Amino acid sequence: MTHQILDVKGLNCPLPILRARKALRDIAVGATLEVLATDPGAVKDFDAFCRTTGHELVESKLDGKVYSFVIRRAA
Amino acid sequence: MSNATANAKRMSMIVSKGTLDWAYPPFILATTAAAMNLEVTMFFTFYGLTLLKKKLDLHVSPLGNPAMEMPMLGMRVGMPNIVAAIPGVDAAASAMMKNLIKKKGIASIEELRSMAIEADVKMIACQMTMDLFEYSKEDLIEGPVLGGAATYIETASKSDINLFI
Repeated sequence: MTHQILDVKGLNCPLPILRARKALRDIAVGATLEVLATDPGAVKDFDAFCRTTGHELVESKLDGKVYSFVIRRAA
Repeated sequence: MSNATANAKRMSMIVSKGTLDWAYPPFILATTAAAMNLEVTMFFTFYGLTLLKKKLDLHVSPLGNPAMEMPMLGMRVGMPNIVAAIPGVDAAASAMMKNLIKKKGIASIEELRSMAIEADVKMIACQMTMDLFEYSKEDLIEGPVLGGAATYIETASKSDINLFI
């Protein structure tokens, strides 16, 4: 499955979450968004964001210096 | 406190300060809470009212701000009050802070404020403060409504999270 990609590398709190929320609104329910970030704070933030909003955090990993979060839109 | 964050639906904030450093916490919290589906209300009073001006010119002063240390010359440097009191230092410190913010990929207050409005964060301007400092609705951005303490208390009594900033 191809994901929509959102590049927020170089941006700091709260932009990764705010941009992700906006991008999630533009994809279909059930589709996935991959967020690429460099902000280490984003790890816990995306955990909390998905827990609170009900979107599914499919994957959260670190690739060298870049964090990658794959989120599936819930509703 | 319990982990009942999943049930928190409303947040209110009193925003009472208008310097660059104090402008960040309310807007970051408001936009993030809105992104997490909370209904947010911000009540701007006293110096917080300046954050609703059409043209923002926020400053931060090292004067009497002993916790302020800026990364400079490879270390973190604080400024003695006697230097901070010199005319022009406040403007320079503000410019330096804004540059640092931009360099670190942090949103500007203008950007955060637009995002808050876009996210339907409710903004209330304290009527009393407007009278006190003689502001008119034209001085402020479109959007905020006027209200008083009772307006805030009602909102706060229905909110799960109430903050004083």
